[in-house]
Amino acid sequence: MSRAEAKRILVPNETLANALGADNLARESRARGHEVVRTGGFGLAWLEPMLVIDGEAYGPVHDLDALDAVALGPLDELPALARQQRIVFDRCGRIDPLEYDPSWLLAQLEREPREIIEEIKVSGLRGRGGAGFPAHIKWQTVYDTPAPQKYIVVNADEGDSGTFADRLIMEGDPFRLIEGMLLSGHATGANKGLVYLRSEYPLAAEIFTSAIARASTLGLLETFDIELFIGAGAYICGEETSLLESLEGKRGEVRAKPPVPAIAGLFGQPTLVHNVITLCSAPGILQMGGKAYAGIGSNASTGSSAFQLAGNVKRGGLYELPFGISLRELVEDLGGGTRTGRPLGAVQVGGPLGAYLFERDLDTPLGYEEMAQLGAGIGHGGVVVFDDTVDLVEQAHFAFAFCAHESCGKCTPCRIGAVRGKEAVAALASGEYTEAKLEVIDELCDLMEQTSLCQMGGMTPIPVRSALGEAFSPARRNGNGERP
Amino acid sequence: MPNSDAIRELVSACVGQVGAPVTALRKITETHGHIEDEHVRIVADVFNLSLADVRGIVSFYSDFRTSPRGRKHIRICQAEACQSVGSRALTKEISAALGLALGETSDDLGVSLEAVYCLGLCASGPCAMVNERILVHATREELLP
Repeated sequence: MSRAEAKRILVPNETLANALGADNLARESRARGHEVVRTGGFGLAWLEPMLVIDGEAYGPVHDLDALDAVALGPLDELPALARQQRIVFDRCGRIDPLEYDPSWLLAQLEREPREIIEEIKVSGLRGRGGAGFPAHIKWQTVYDTPAPQKYIVVNADEGDSGTFADRLIMEGDPFRLIEGMLLSGHATGANKGLVYLRSEYPLAAEIFTSAIARASTLGLLETFDIELFIGAGAYICGEETSLLESLEGKRGEVRAKPPVPAIAGLFGQPTLVHNVITLCSAPGILQMGGKAYAGIGSNASTGSSAFQLAGNVKRGGLYELPFGISLRELVEDLGGGTRTGRPLGAVQVGGPLGAYLFERDLDTPLGYEEMAQLGAGIGHGGVVVFDDTVDLVEQAHFAFAFCAHESCGKCTPCRIGAVRGKEAVAALASGEYTEAKLEVIDELCDLMEQTSLCQMGGMTPIPVRSALGEAFSPARRNGNGERP
Repeated sequence: MPNSDAIRELVSACVGQVGAPVTALRKITETHGHIEDEHVRIVADVFNLSLADVRGIVSFYSDFRTSPRGRKHIRICQAEACQSVGSRALTKEISAALGLALGETSDDLGVSLEAVYCLGLCASGPCAMVNERILVHATREELLP
């Protein structure tokens, strides 16, 4: 491209795209006289850095002089985007994250709080952080609990391996989150919002900080205050009560529930704690109406979910899709199978506390209840693909090791159980007394599930059991009952 | 290197913010690299906490370290998405080449090797960081040129 044909180029300012050279492409494009708009990323990892010029997409771009070689055609016809139903991410990638017209939001903030909560109730929105709890019950509880101070707390401590939706939206459309915070604050009577962001996301922190300043300039923060808090590297702080302790400046040790945070949360006050994507779903619901939103998805899993396809997969990235799509459509059709080209070995759904699933499970629809029937969960929507070289005993060992590393230490089953579990799985490698050892691990898993204070210890057995169950399944064993 | 007064000023500036003691320790880490006994005393003093409280916070969060990191600080992701594309083998290779296990720093403070659990770039692993630079599809050659 020469100076003669100056164009308007969308260049993502997103962590992955920047790691792959987007910053340099932006600089170079500007030097050539083009108008550069730094947008968020679309989340199509294998195409980054992806540029958009006059509605045409190009990617992965490594050389501005060789764009034709990586021409992808019209942006909206990209199969990976066309098949999505972007509600949360509809603007992400297309806009300058700090450009915002507040008129729609201001109109919504004139609505009666009860009316807004009713829309959320009708929509069937459930928590996107992991637990899948109906959102409106939390909103209603905070609304109903009288208190001098109420809080909106956003859980952006996105620690699950295989997830990056919170990062993408905070980098690419921070006003989506600000909308969700202001709307939920208005609906519940909270006038202070805190965002707990993990320290591994510095660009998200930078962009969100600018967005708070911009919101203030736009007059959006006259009756609602937003503060950004950066974590300090603790997976457990994604657990809501641990997160609240951390926000109070303490060790992130989990609290016993009840009371639930909606009644006594931050500094003992009613607190609406939601994952980023849950809150970011609220604006779309109010835009289309709760009933229309409830018509998307399947059964009791309404609306769209930001599925994040990761690990050993050809076309990994963010896919916002209606609930009910099958794992096979996600992993094989959209994802293109393993990156190595080898047969699929396992998929772990829902982060480090999620189940390992296998080829026979792939036709299961991705919905809260459907996954529960497999003993699995959707978690924060992360799907990590492994090829057939996966060592499932090693993965079970890692599940315990991760729990031991990240346990807050408050309750014994998690603190000690994880260490003992790690030792027991390591001992399996000797190949002796396998049945007895598996039995010990099974009992330990029962104990952790039944007596841990939170889901860290309570759910670590899920990846352990699913991985070991497959590794030692009759089909995989030889005649001696030992591992093949 | 900031002196005690500079650290005290940094810590005092956090008073009144939500989660201030954690934020103060993060700021010390950002400016000084690690947290020394003297810093613990300052934080305890400013926020009227016991030394044990502050040490408890320091030991809880993995971003807080009490010894200096290497001038070249290598962090390799050890979480599942990166495991599925070879982060274990990569870690072993780097570890052997440096003669350092995860969590160790060379005696001359030239290099340190640390685990990180997820950088949120999980479709492009294995992921790593060298100081503040992020590497995706990381290779031995990039980590140890």
